[in-house]
Amino acid sequence: MSLDYTNDTAAAEALIKEVLDQYPEKSGKRRARHLGVAKPTEEEGATSCGVKSNIKSIPGVMTIRGCAYAGSKGVVWGPVKDMLHISHGPVGCGQYSWSQRRNYFNGTVGIDSFVTMQVTSDFQERDIVFGGDKNLDIMIDELDGLFPLNKGISIQSECPIGLIGDDIEAVAKKKHKETGKTIVPVRCEGFRGVSQSLGHHIANDAIRDWVFDKGTPEFESTPYDVNLIADYNIGGDAWPSRKLLEEMGLRVIGMWSGDATLAEMARAPKAKLNLIHCYRSMNYICRHMEEKYGISWVEYNFFGPTQIAASLRKIAAQFDETIQANAEKVIAKHQGLVDAVVAKYKARLDGKTVMLYVGGLRPRHVTNAYEDLGMRIVGTGYEFGHNDDYQRTGHYVKEGTLIYDDATGYELEKFIERIRPDLVGSGIKEKYATQKMGVPFRQMHSWDYSGPYHGYDGFAIFARDMDMAINSPVWDKFKAPWKAA
Amino acid sequence: MSLRQIAFYGKGGIGKSTTSQNTLAALVEMGQKILIVGCDPKADSTRLILNCKLQDTVLHLAAKAGSVEDLELADVMKIGYKGIKCTEAGGPEPGVGCAGRGVITAINFLEENGAYDDVDYVSYDVLGDVVCGGFAMPIRENKAQEIYIVMSGEMMALFAANNIARGILKYAGTGGVRLGGLICNERQTDRELDLAEAMAKRLNTQLIHFVPRANIVQHAELRRQTVIEYAPDSAQAEEYRQLAKKIHANAGKGTIPTPITMEELEEMLVEFGIMKSDEQALAELEAKEKSLCSGAA
Repeated sequence: MSLDYTNDTAAAEALIKEVLDQYPEKSGKRRARHLGVAKPTEEEGATSCGVKSNIKSIPGVMTIRGCAYAGSKGVVWGPVKDMLHISHGPVGCGQYSWSQRRNYFNGTVGIDSFVTMQVTSDFQERDIVFGGDKNLDIMIDELDGLFPLNKGISIQSECPIGLIGDDIEAVAKKKHKETGKTIVPVRCEGFRGVSQSLGHHIANDAIRDWVFDKGTPEFESTPYDVNLIADYNIGGDAWPSRKLLEEMGLRVIGMWSGDATLAEMARAPKAKLNLIHCYRSMNYICRHMEEKYGISWVEYNFFGPTQIAASLRKIAAQFDETIQANAEKVIAKHQGLVDAVVAKYKARLDGKTVMLYVGGLRPRHVTNAYEDLGMRIVGTGYEFGHNDDYQRTGHYVKEGTLIYDDATGYELEKFIERIRPDLVGSGIKEKYATQKMGVPFRQMHSWDYSGPYHGYDGFAIFARDMDMAINSPVWDKFKAPWKAA
Repeated sequence: MSLRQIAFYGKGGIGKSTTSQNTLAALVEMGQKILIVGCDPKADSTRLILNCKLQDTVLHLAAKAGSVEDLELADVMKIGYKGIKCTEAGGPEPGVGCAGRGVITAINFLEENGAYDDVDYVSYDVLGDVVCGGFAMPIRENKAQEIYIVMSGEMMALFAANNIARGILKYAGTGGVRLGGLICNERQTDRELDLAEAMAKRLNTQLIHFVPRANIVQHAELRRQTVIEYAPDSAQAEEYRQLAKKIHANAGKGTIPTPITMEELEEMLVEFGIMKSDEQALAELEAKEKSLCSGAA
């Protein structure tokens, strides 16, 4: 750990009580299980962050969770660049997810890459009444004609598909026979599950069932083949990550699913090792590959130099001494950059406090990157994390850190208001409310139109962005001049 | 007289369409102006009135034209026996899409386009059971005021009747829907009339009419006619006329049903000797085994 500190447990507990007191008794009781304070444990340097997670949000509160469709189309499948992804159902889901997240990719949109395009079956009343299978069939033909370089098509189910019982699997099989292309039906109806998390799982299962073991792609393996799993290349994150692995002497044969092609997903079972970044969204497929193809997997973290170095060594330990020596060389090579970044920004950020509220990985993964810059994490929580995420969080956060699961709008606002951290890292829905409270903010889903933040290159950008948010001169103007003492 | 909206529900195959069309044919003889809204994807609720199966259902025409907004009322309304106006919602082929949504769409279309103007009666004929919200549409607010459940002395018909009563109860509080009564279509089961009357009592309603079984109904049906049209002087035609009179006199006399539990229903069937009690069934089984054993020896 790069920084030693503890947070004020008593204050955090008092704050939780204050917030819960505002709820009706029953809701308060239910929410109480989702809020906690990191407690010391037997294990050296770890805390216990156990709170209840992955259950239904309470009706009536403002939750920032998404749906299963968002998890499948928005997160897992959408970035696969040489496939077309049909938002199957009424137009809204597709319209509002148009252009995807910031999953960067190389390629020419509309020719060989389709990430930022939006395809929807645009259900009308008659499609609900008579079913959408026929339209889907025609649509796949049309897409294949319009975009002949597509390598496959995925069908992302919106809610009504599950209600009217359309047989998208039968259509997928039929069209695969006719076109020879990979057609993947995904049953990610939005009403399934409690958050986008189930959508990730369903999408993983669809890869297992509709992509793996379908014909054997020509491929010559080497003992150094790895898959870079669950890096969505937000703002180009996966590219500096890939560079580090290649400098180490490993061969990245698949990126999942940022800048991904269907072929690299199909050949993933040929790898020697799976490296997984976002554990929450793709641990399922890693477990499957381990079970079926005997490929072991390693969780790694490329946020901030401390974690990068630890991860490079952890990955190298899976290979021979040459790779291990290479890892040390890579770390040493970048030490100069790290020192320069820290020298430039640490003085400006030292001791600043940060509250995070992100999705399923970053609430823990980015904490050390902040600490590398001398900052302290005082609160963190997941939108859609599970129990195993909170267990892992204990290895990152310090005693006394406020932990919140599926925080409601009210809770988050109150926490920020009372703690008044120097920075909040969360999403677009939280951004402006927080800034209006006079608290600096960075979007930690989209990197606020910046990035990449992964790898050594990303760390430099990360440090610059955090400094820019916290030390912006705008905050000096926050107090109304007529109220000045 | 203000518009009366009635609906016929009941187990599939119980004779809802036949009973409703014969009754409506009798009502039209009484000088009533009638609109039939068929709410079954099979679209056979108006066959006997039109003397043919209606091809132009609301939903099929809408699908062809693009949407219901592209339709005219005249496209979907046909005139049958003695001026009865006939419409069919239609719907998808079995196993695809959502017929329930189709019913909602079709009824809204008919209402918005004035199909209900200048009639005394609107009659809904709804398929089988109240399986989802779509098929409950005629029960909901401002639709049918009285529901008539077509049933018989058969167990499954009684189960279905009880379920439908449950559906009516659900909407009775928010809308004005009431249970008008049970119509028993004779199947010649044991003590059928008694059972039907007892069931009506348990559901807090009346057995409005007991329609005897008669082959003439089949003969008329084969000719795509109601009995009223095919054999106007027959005894069976007279039965339907009586039913029509009773329904006509039943305005505003509907009740809020009191559906019973599965256990209560089963007890009732045991009481009427339709279903055997466990003890009875065991005793019979024992006796049968004994006779088999003695036969073998």
